[in-house]
Amino acid sequence: MAWFRKEKRGLKIQPKKTIPDDLWIKCDTCGEILYKKELEKNLMVCPRCGHHYGISPEEYINILFDKGTFSENDREIKSLDPLKFVDRMKYADRLDKAVKTTGKNEAVVVGEGLIDGIRVQFGAMDFSFIGGSMGSVVGEKIARATRRAIDRRQGLIIVSRSGGARMMEGIFSLMQMAKTSACLGRMHEEGLPYISILVHPTTGGVTASYSMLGDINIAEPGALIGFAGPRVIKQTIRQDLPEGFQRAEFLLEHGMLDMIVLRSKMREHVIQLLHFMLD
Amino acid sequence: MNGTYLDFERPLQKIVQRIEELRYIATSEDLELHDEIGKLEKKLIRLREDIYRKITPYQRVQLARHPNRPYSLDYINTVFEDFLELHGDRQFRDDPSIVAGWARFEGKPVMVISQQKGRDTKEKLYRNFGMAHPEGYRKALRLMKMAEKFSRPIITLIDTPGAYPGIGAEERGQAEAIARNLREMAMLKTPLVAVIIGEGGSGGALALGVGNRVLIMENAIYSVISPEGCASILWRDDGEKEKSAVALKLDAASLKEFGVIDEIIPEPNGGAHSDFSSAAESLSMVLAKHLKQLSRLSPEELVKQRTEKYSRMGEFEE
Ligand SMILES: [Zn+2]
Repeated sequence: MAWFRKEKRGLKIQPKKTIPDDLWIKCDTCGEILYKKELEKNLMVCPRCGHHYGISPEEYINILFDKGTFSENDREIKSLDPLKFVDRMKYADRLDKAVKTTGKNEAVVVGEGLIDGIRVQFGAMDFSFIGGSMGSVVGEKIARATRRAIDRRQGLIIVSRSGGARMMEGIFSLMQMAKTSACLGRMHEEGLPYISILVHPTTGGVTASYSMLGDINIAEPGALIGFAGPRVIKQTIRQDLPEGFQRAEFLLEHGMLDMIVLRSKMREHVIQLLHFMLD
Repeated sequence: MNGTYLDFERPLQKIVQRIEELRYIATSEDLELHDEIGKLEKKLIRLREDIYRKITPYQRVQLARHPNRPYSLDYINTVFEDFLELHGDRQFRDDPSIVAGWARFEGKPVMVISQQKGRDTKEKLYRNFGMAHPEGYRKALRLMKMAEKFSRPIITLIDTPGAYPGIGAEERGQAEAIARNLREMAMLKTPLVAVIIGEGGSGGALALGVGNRVLIMENAIYSVISPEGCASILWRDDGEKEKSAVALKLDAASLKEFGVIDEIIPEPNGGAHSDFSSAAESLSMVLAKHLKQLSRLSPEELVKQRTEKYSRMGEFEE
């Protein structure tokens, strides 16, 4: 549940007096000054150090799907704030604010489209919406995408990027772990393929449910993936964490991932996998 | 009731001590103190009722974690017969924070899978305070599959602060172990009744909790995050745990209202820790009722009932 903290490796806009602010970006990882258009053309991957910056669901859809084939489903589902949760601010206000700033209703976009001509169900999480946290709506949308895949005998692809369960929906958010996993249980028995793509960062209840249940688990390089957040672990064991701990490369080494794939190679890998499992 | 008293239980402690003193005097001095002791006992009952009626959500959390509260092994030894513990996940090691094995309930074979916190310091360390590693969840799944193989019902007893957050746990795939349990539990072709007996700590509790029925002891809690954790994140101050405990609605009555819990198991006046055997009896009665109901369902109906139940969970509009 680390969504409340700002991403350390986020983009910083470099203010320059001679040129407009938003044209140049300094890479937070390697320090290189990058022309923003160039970075965008490179799918938001630093051409110098290969750091993969977080991208929106729409950008991932553009990367994966055949042009113009994607259509969104269940766009109108909204949270009801079942606990009437109030911390230092009302959850209802937090939701309103997230809706206004992101233009989305929730932290996941689901839909369907063609990838190399193969129709698949799809979901991608939006970290900018309350840290990509999973409440009732995220759970329901993932569950519906899974059910559609079962009903139409299609594959499912989910791109996870989340701080975990949304604590402002209390026990309802915990139950979404069981709900999504139960749907995937049915899908598994139906012999349909599910590809889970894990993007920086994916932690908590999302990792401990649908993100780790792919027939194929793929991560982007350097992505932080774990159950507990590094800060909680550090507090618990009172010692420093090893270099590279909970990064994609660490998970691959420990057998939790099938592969690490560069964003630029993601589509061709997904296509290959879909053909292996569906032809 | 002996041992540790929580702050809000202190007034009870004074009366209990006075009763014990009078009993001692009555026997050692051979005095007739029945009336006086009787009065104090009545007063104790009234005071207990009074205290427990006005309990705050955070006090409920304290009760759920009460050091004198019956733990899984206390119930295993009273509710079940012939418990035979089985060990190991067949992959890495045996996790002592999960205690599981065959047992009989009302004479019939069942699989019991439980989380054990540990009573004294030595046992607490041995049981890792009830916080399982991935191998614990994998042992649990192995034994659930065994129960399914022999068509025996599964009963889980949940009592954990959460899944262990550590280096080894992450290396061995804590998230994967929990996720797999959730998926596999949903599909089990045998009855599964989960009982939250104390602390239902987040994903670490849910990993044993995907049941046809989910029951909870009256003073137990079930939450997506501990009130301390929630306070430190949302209030940026873990001292605000009282406020976060209110906001999280983690008590049995709220959970029942939300449809997450099927039935609340009443505890004796003064909480389960004041009377182990009547708490166990209460659990036994409610468990028997639900197992009987589930015994009428076919394996396919059990899977359908369980998956449909979790499919409905969540509150949203469109
Ligand atoms: Zn760079």
